[in-house]
Amino acid sequence: MTAIDRQRLSKNQLLGLYRQMHLIREFERECERQYTRGHIKGFLHVYSGEEAIAVGAISTLEPQDYVVTHYRDHGHALARGVSSKDIMAELFGKATGCSKGRGGSMHLFDASKNFMGGYAIVGGQLPVATGLALASQYRGENRIALCFMGDGALNEGEFHEAMNLAAIWKLPVIFFCENNLYGMGAPASTTLIMHQEIYRMAAAYGIPGAEVDGNDVLAVRELMLEVVQRVRGGQGPYFIEAKTYRLRGHSIADPANYRPPEEVSYWQSRDPVPRFKEWLLAEGQASQAEIDQVGASVEQEIVAAAQFAESSPFPQPQDLHKWVYEEGQA
Amino acid sequence: MATTIVMPQMGYDMKEGTVVRWHKQEGDAVARGEVIADIQTDKATVEFEAYTAGVLRKIVAQAGVPVPVGELIAVITDPNEPLPDELPVKGAAGGSAPAAQAALPAAQASAAATAPVQPAPATPADVRASPIARRLARERGIDLSLVVGSGPGGRIVEKDVLSFAEARPAAPARPAAAAPAPAPAAQRVELSRMRQAIAKITVDSKREAPHFYVTSDVDMTRAMSLRREINETLPAERRVSVNDLIIKASAVALGRHPKFNAFFRGDHLQMNPSINIGIAIALPAGLIVPGIGGCQDKSLVQIADASKDLIARANSGTLRNDEYSNTTFSISNLGPFDVDSFAAIIFPPHAAILAVGRVKEQPVVREGQLAVAQIMKATLATDHRVADGAEAAQFLVEIRKLLEAPLSLLL
Amino acid sequence: MAIISYREAVSQALREALEEDHRFFLMGEDIGPYGGSFAVTRGFWEEFGPERVKDSPLSESAIVGAGVGAAMAGLRPMVEIMTINFSLLAIDQIVNHAAKIRYMSGGQFSVPLCIRTVTGAGASVGATHSQSFEGWYASVPGLHVVVPSTPKDALGLFRSCRELMDPVIFVEHILLYGARGEVPDGPFKIPLGQAEVKRLGRDVTIVTFSRMVHVCLAAAEQLAVEGIQVEVVDLRTLRPLDMETVVHSVRKTRHALVVEEAPKQGGFGAEIASQVQHLAFDYLDGPVERVAGEEVPIPYSMPLERLAIPDPERVARAIRAQLGR
Repeated sequence: MTAIDRQRLSKNQLLGLYRQMHLIREFERECERQYTRGHIKGFLHVYSGEEAIAVGAISTLEPQDYVVTHYRDHGHALARGVSSKDIMAELFGKATGCSKGRGGSMHLFDASKNFMGGYAIVGGQLPVATGLALASQYRGENRIALCFMGDGALNEGEFHEAMNLAAIWKLPVIFFCENNLYGMGAPASTTLIMHQEIYRMAAAYGIPGAEVDGNDVLAVRELMLEVVQRVRGGQGPYFIEAKTYRLRGHSIADPANYRPPEEVSYWQSRDPVPRFKEWLLAEGQASQAEIDQVGASVEQEIVAAAQFAESSPFPQPQDLHKWVYEEGQA
Repeated sequence: MATTIVMPQMGYDMKEGTVVRWHKQEGDAVARGEVIADIQTDKATVEFEAYTAGVLRKIVAQAGVPVPVGELIAVITDPNEPLPDELPVKGAAGGSAPAAQAALPAAQASAAATAPVQPAPATPADVRASPIARRLARERGIDLSLVVGSGPGGRIVEKDVLSFAEARPAAPARPAAAAPAPAPAAQRVELSRMRQAIAKITVDSKREAPHFYVTSDVDMTRAMSLRREINETLPAERRVSVNDLIIKASAVALGRHPKFNAFFRGDHLQMNPSINIGIAIALPAGLIVPGIGGCQDKSLVQIADASKDLIARANSGTLRNDEYSNTTFSISNLGPFDVDSFAAIIFPPHAAILAVGRVKEQPVVREGQLAVAQIMKATLATDHRVADGAEAAQFLVEIRKLLEAPLSLLL
Repeated sequence: MAIISYREAVSQALREALEEDHRFFLMGEDIGPYGGSFAVTRGFWEEFGPERVKDSPLSESAIVGAGVGAAMAGLRPMVEIMTINFSLLAIDQIVNHAAKIRYMSGGQFSVPLCIRTVTGAGASVGATHSQSFEGWYASVPGLHVVVPSTPKDALGLFRSCRELMDPVIFVEHILLYGARGEVPDGPFKIPLGQAEVKRLGRDVTIVTFSRMVHVCLAAAEQLAVEGIQVEVVDLRTLRPLDMETVVHSVRKTRHALVVEEAPKQGGFGAEIASQVQHLAFDYLDGPVERVAGEEVPIPYSMPLERLAIPDPERVARAIRAQLGR
């Protein structure tokens, strides 16, 4: 964590990063509880353990930039500033949700934040991100697209197509692989030949690649600052691999018994949230009182989000067909 | 405030779960987010966190017992709060979600409820007719079983109904839109086996055999006086009826027109060597058609004896099975019921049936002079698969001539 | 009133879009210097430049997906998928993304993307290049599916597609590019969801679309000689679907025959037949009949290929049987 000087982060900014990470962690715990209460339905994939990536990476973007992600998307949405109330209401299937109750956990959208969506077909978001970058290039704009994917996406054909297209057209897009070592229950070591050095796969497309510790928020930030500058400067796409770990199963129904206990305890010891907190305390960047204050304010925000979601109305039955087409089109 | 803890939903397809271990005892304090139990689902065992802080006041679900999702498994109360007297059946988790699910089915249910219950169509389902033919028949009160289909496979199509409607006097359409008057509930009358058999035979006949009809006036004046003369020579119990004359005439005509004594067998006709004429007898329970076998060899008086015997035994219920089953042609006479004429349904597998009405005095012109004659209308229904109109006409005229010159019936 | 080919009509439609609004651009395989597999975009690359006529790699999923992203960002991409057979390589982007993003985002994003592609058999190009999947796409809410049969319809319908804020699959038929027809002068448009009666008749209604319109018109000519007057309804768009015109015609003729090129089982014609019997049941004077492709991969050998897809004789036979003549 030597990057702090180069990043010129104030104490407040550091505490802000911590708050976002802690918010994501607590938000996901609340989601699990609300799922067990029957308020959240369907699939629920929580981001717990990977907070440093979303927070570190997205904190380096400008408001006009695009964020595109996969189905484990709560963390990215929160890090992008989508309101925790709107996300929770979406998970409850309410009309006030960030996707008006039409998307659910895997399909969060927020146009006001240029949060272009969670995409639930693995790899499907890569071509979309490429197109957003293409629009920016076509109009001579200064915006870039940041596209998250899991390690599973590298096995999809759309990864190959999008990487090549972005490279051949030199599009301003950052492909960001969150390598949490498992595609659902299958370890990457059994499914992806390059699993130990995924970032090197980019070289095959003439795209520069780099790896980073995905459980170190400042390391993620530091790499992203450099990459964002380069991609915004018109030098074409970039590929980042961040190694990280799901602290929970693939989804709420998955206790992840297929993972060896020693692996789990190794990664628990590297849990990005307490790790950053300990560092802040040790470096004197935050006091225990300030940390406690963050905890209290996050708890307050979560409770408020849950109350908002619970008290919000469900979509109206007569609106079932709304938004299939533009208003007025059949 | 007491909080009920229900079996959690842990995966969209989970239906029930089992607490395998309670981490807390009754009376223990629990913090929000603290693990209170291990719950086993179909897929895995997962840790279950308390949603609210308080005291685990009551454990309802014993370890090891499966509990459906949403049912009470425990109660958490405030530290000094006793267990409420009444526990909600559904926990706090129940609430909103099922209500939301109910919203759509309710809408569907009301749609279903408002759908009018359609009365059963008057046309039997096994008449092959197109939708528009059925609609027209319904609107114009036409019995489709009387309409001959000209469409592919004999289907009754629109133009068949239209030409049928043109050919007959307009029947008053049923007032479809009229508000039904409140009526007492219809009584249910079970069908006798005979009634069921009649229903089946007539429907089969109408479906299978394309009927057509030819009608003729028969001048029965001479036949009636011949009958009188014969009967004067016979004892009362052996008297000859009008019907016996018709049977005899038919038997002779059938000998000359053997097609009408045949059965249609798909790709060929079965020409029956024996002329066995069935006579329709109305009984209180329904209609039966026992036969007089070997009519080609029987004299008028023998036929009269046989028919009286059949009628007597039909009324006493002592007919033999083979007396029903071997007929080759049939005659239905509603003359005794005072009708002028009618068309009968062919009795399968016959090729035709003769329907006769009453004998009635009518003015006729005979050699330029007005005279009174005793006229009977006879209508022959013929299966078009067996014979055509001209043949039917010739056969009917043969019968007429025999009855109008009745001495030949005594030869 | 000019007489132009179907190819020229599509080409003109694309040119108009590129000329009038910079948000429109083309993406596709070999649409640049090569001029497009069916020569629809010949000369475009030289005229509008490589930025607006983007020659793309053989990556159907990536170019449709890039079209989705660019459309979400406010552009109006016009993507060419060389044939509808290859659209299967992009079906995830079309069905899972393009068709659903407006809905799943609660109306926050639109995908005004036009995907042009080429359907149909009859060109002796074998089983993998001769299919007709437009009916599949017509089963996806969120898409528009356009199936023009004439130069006029192609031009008029495309002009309407340009104004839509939702994805369109614009399906051209491989055997129609050379077909010529009258096209009105001036900026006429044909709205989506309006079928057209291509021939008037009183005895039976044929419901069809794309090249089969011409097959059915030829059958109608034959039958007219025999005294059977056939009405031919060209759906022109499969989604939205104009059942009103179809039902109006069937109520008049009492008979409906649905003709399509794709195999019968599960074909789009089954949808039409179902709706006709529902909407016009009491007017039908016989069952709704269908003529469709055989249940077989389209063979290469020409005599076999001809057997696999409907032709005027087969349509005429079906109508004679239907009317019992």
